[in-house]
Amino acid sequence: MFSLVQVELYKIFKRPRTYIAFGAVAALIGIIQFGLKVDGKSYLDFMLNDLSSSLEIDGKILNGYLVCYVMLQLLLVHVPLLIALIAADMISGEANMGTLRLLLIKPYSRTTLLLAKFIAAIIYTLMLLVWLAILALFGSMLLFGTDDMFLLKTSYVVLLKESDVFWRYIGAFGFAALAMTTVAALGFFLSVFAENSIGPIVATMSVIVFFTILSTLNIPIFNIIKPYLFTTHMIGWKEFFDIKVNASNEAIIGSIQNPEKIVKASLVLVAHTIGFFVATLLVFRKKDILS
Amino acid sequence: MRTSWLLVCYNRMSSVIQVQGLTKKFGHQFTAVNDLSFSVHKGDVYGFLGQNGAGKSTTIRMLLSLITPTSGSIEIFGMPLQTNRAAIMQNVGAVIEKPAMYEYLTAYQNLKIFSALSGVSKTRLQLLHELDVVGLAARANDLVRTFSQGMKQRLAIAMAMVNNPELILLDEPTNGLDPQGIADIRNLILQLSREQGKTVLVSSHLLSEIEQVATRLIIIDKGCKLVEGDSKDLFDTSKTVVEINTLNNEQALKELLQSNWSGQILVDRCNSKQVIMQLDEKLLPSLHKHLVELGIGVLSVKPMHSLEDYFLQITSTQKYV
Repeated sequence: MFSLVQVELYKIFKRPRTYIAFGAVAALIGIIQFGLKVDGKSYLDFMLNDLSSSLEIDGKILNGYLVCYVMLQLLLVHVPLLIALIAADMISGEANMGTLRLLLIKPYSRTTLLLAKFIAAIIYTLMLLVWLAILALFGSMLLFGTDDMFLLKTSYVVLLKESDVFWRYIGAFGFAALAMTTVAALGFFLSVFAENSIGPIVATMSVIVFFTILSTLNIPIFNIIKPYLFTTHMIGWKEFFDIKVNASNEAIIGSIQNPEKIVKASLVLVAHTIGFFVATLLVFRKKDILS
Repeated sequence: MRTSWLLVCYNRMSSVIQVQGLTKKFGHQFTAVNDLSFSVHKGDVYGFLGQNGAGKSTTIRMLLSLITPTSGSIEIFGMPLQTNRAAIMQNVGAVIEKPAMYEYLTAYQNLKIFSALSGVSKTRLQLLHELDVVGLAARANDLVRTFSQGMKQRLAIAMAMVNNPELILLDEPTNGLDPQGIADIRNLILQLSREQGKTVLVSSHLLSEIEQVATRLIIIDKGCKLVEGDSKDLFDTSKTVVEINTLNNEQALKELLQSNWSGQILVDRCNSKQVIMQLDEKLLPSLHKHLVELGIGVLSVKPMHSLEDYFLQITSTQKYV
């Protein structure tokens, strides 16, 4: 199994296509950081427009923690496309090249081979997130420094102490890893039906867009299924940045307002990931390889 | 341990491949392989012959468990394929239709990957030597996408041979090759068989190609076996292939199969609408007399001279239903 995973990773990281995702993430983060570094004040003025008259804010608001949060809000919506580029190609790409048949005549079971490919796809996904974390979090901390984190939510403001932020990012990236693994599993599942990469990549994105719209639609009939859609829970990482307050309305350091929501969202995502993989396995084990 | 056990089994077996009643249906309409039975013996270069679409590739894919048979059984090295796939595949190498490989990698990297996948640990020098055997050592570090079809075919063979398999399946290995490439593949097959004692199953739609290398062969059409036998018998120039048309071909075939003439019947399967026999031309009057004595009216006896004439006929017309 280990050597199979090694081979799969070797193939992934020898493909120029793999680095498109890493390049795209670096370019987007670089542009946002440049923009905020050069014109961060305008951004803050726009963000705090309604509050500036009622709040007096002191300190370095535009710090590395806030910049990272802003970037995650923008990027984590689009990262699934970059993950689909590889995950949805894992089987269909091999079928297209004709190499799938060569892999399947080696002395491994289809289950073992599929598991190795899935593990490799997950490792790629995690590496992309680590890359994103390095650039978005550590890069921003380096460029903008650190301070307390000031977050403007829809109907309230959250102020997190500087010492209470970093662990939340670890949690947020961990949760994002779960969400992106689900995306990878979906791409992997769709990959088993096609003999070219384009179809599964487009299908993966279409499924995500379709269910994201369902998740955000405020029509009562859809409320029944919303809790079961993985897209409803993909933004669950934001929960790490909501803090509990005590009776005196003071923030409780180290707390999360709704940890149950994170646990529930994680379980839904894990269930989808397992479900997609098992479905892939069932289809793949019986599939006639005609490519 | 498992490989040793496999080799013990293999050495005891005369048949490396034993196929019984193999059938593959796609959907309810199309039968790609129909009740096919044949055996490949140790050391054979077994020619698998048939026109395009005859069912050769589907059969080979079933032998490699890429396609699940609808019915029938496959034994390789004396073991059922269905339950011993991994053990069997440790000793099988294959090139299936057009050569497939990772075009964004070099020849050396491709070979390295398939060496690792075969569970074989080889040094760089050993892998370069294997590329040298197929004439690609000088291009070892070039991307495969820059290779010609012939070079890809040779690399595919090196990849199939990387685990030093006992059984090699080559599906149309000369497709798209120039005359020199075809000669190289032919020589390689002969070398594998004669010098290394490998068992080779090679498919083709060209009889002339198979004739030059095969020790035994099978001809299939529409998934059915038409002919199977030793090359030296089938290509025996002292015998003629004849097509006999009678008033009742079905009965004629049935009667002949039960008589002393059964050994001369070339085609007895596949819902044949003719009686095809291979025999000494001098025996034709006796055969004619035998059929008349059985009360079967003979309409025509059409000599086709050689197996090649017969093969050309079945590949140019559709006579079997």
